[in-house]
Amino acid sequence: MTRIAVVDYGAGNLVSIDQALRAAGADVVIARAEPDLDGADGLIVPGVGAARPAMDRLRRRGLVAPIRRWIAADRPFLGICLGMQILFDGSDEDGARTFGVLPGRTVRLDGAPRLPHIGWNAVRRRRSHPLFDGVAPDAPFYFVHSYAPVPGGPLGEDAVLAVTDHGPDFVSAVARGRIAGVQFHPERSGADGLLLLANFASLSRRAGPC
Amino acid sequence: MLTVRVIPCLDVAGGRVVKGTRFVDLVDEGDPPELAERYAREGADEIVFLDIGAAPEGRSTLRDIVERTARRAFVPLTVGGGVRTPSEMRDVLRAGADKVSLNTAAVATPDLVRACARRFGSQAVVVAIDARRRVARPGGPATWEVLVKGGRETAGLDAVAWAVRAVELGAGELLVTSIDRDGTQSGYDTALLRAIVDRVPVPVVASGGAAGPPDFVAAVLEGGALAVLAASIFHRRRHSIAAVKAAMAAAGIPVRSVPEVAA
Repeated sequence: MTRIAVVDYGAGNLVSIDQALRAAGADVVIARAEPDLDGADGLIVPGVGAARPAMDRLRRRGLVAPIRRWIAADRPFLGICLGMQILFDGSDEDGARTFGVLPGRTVRLDGAPRLPHIGWNAVRRRRSHPLFDGVAPDAPFYFVHSYAPVPGGPLGEDAVLAVTDHGPDFVSAVARGRIAGVQFHPERSGADGLLLLANFASLSRRAGPC
Repeated sequence: MLTVRVIPCLDVAGGRVVKGTRFVDLVDEGDPPELAERYAREGADEIVFLDIGAAPEGRSTLRDIVERTARRAFVPLTVGGGVRTPSEMRDVLRAGADKVSLNTAAVATPDLVRACARRFGSQAVVVAIDARRRVARPGGPATWEVLVKGGRETAGLDAVAWAVRAVELGAGELLVTSIDRDGTQSGYDTALLRAIVDRVPVPVVASGGAAGPPDFVAAVLEGGALAVLAASIFHRRRHSIAAVKAAMAAAGIPVRSVPEVAA
């Protein structure tokens, strides 16, 4: 059975993501410390809110270095919302330094008609990716955020998987190798969201544990 | 483009969904998770639970309901009623809510809004405002006052001024209910919505008074709401979410199409 570790570092809701992964046939481990990652095939970092308190909590739980090693080994990783933003260098929201796996910064969605950006919006793919297998082009997903990453340089641009408009376009999904991130909440996005999480579980199964 | 949300509201008391004319003559409408799942299947963009008992024992019942719902319906959940501290908010979020709606407690302790927004982010903090029209002087502009405790007591605040203040404190969304219209099926108070929408940068959810699809259209086009909430017209199956969305789409409002025809 595919085992997916879901990082728990504080306040967020993990019930729906746990249930969605179970529905996809995965075995779920709620990871609060490094040993919880043992034997996992895939790693999900969810999260909402600001980057600095999230990084502080990950650090207190001794999870920053293990997550960094996981990503460096190109093992299956999915960041959701704040979990996607922290893949980049840092956040303008509170000046936090984040993982820096992808070049770029998380900035406020300037030019948006109204913030936070709350609700269902089309995720327009720029290229195909197995995470979206079976999902209709431009299918809507649920968003709730005011910030989004702006990838820097060609390396960052190459990682862009999908964009969404709220005023101007912003980056709503990224992927490089087995590392992926989505700005929306698949665990709240009905049937398409369940499909995306099931796709992540099968990608993780194919990759296998270390 | 961001779609406008259609949100069924489930008033919960004693572990059941109830509906009356604002807290009186309550009628049992069913099991909350079951109803929420049905609405999710029928195209609800979000579900709101309001714990209208809001007693301490009611809150643990509500957490159980939220968790059971989160395991059955994969749409966003907002929970209101009885949250008075950040740690109570944390408990509701951990049970499976995405957002928490603060009403009476926010009026009594505005700093609660700031504390919750700091800890969980503005996107998780909804301030619910129950507003009642004041009698206007002849020729004077309409004004509204804030009511608390389920619409039973006046707070001595102007609704528009409180809306502006709540957003300054960190509210990421406002749920604006017209107490005059609630339960009367006479349409949303679009003047109230417009007065608030024009003064705040965050999304405003319209509530109170929906009778049929044209009311939803008016709340968006005239009121400027980014989401529309209703209870009894959905519970009683007077109108389906699909019918409401079809009317909105016909009026040029972007909506998320209903995923599949409900069985």
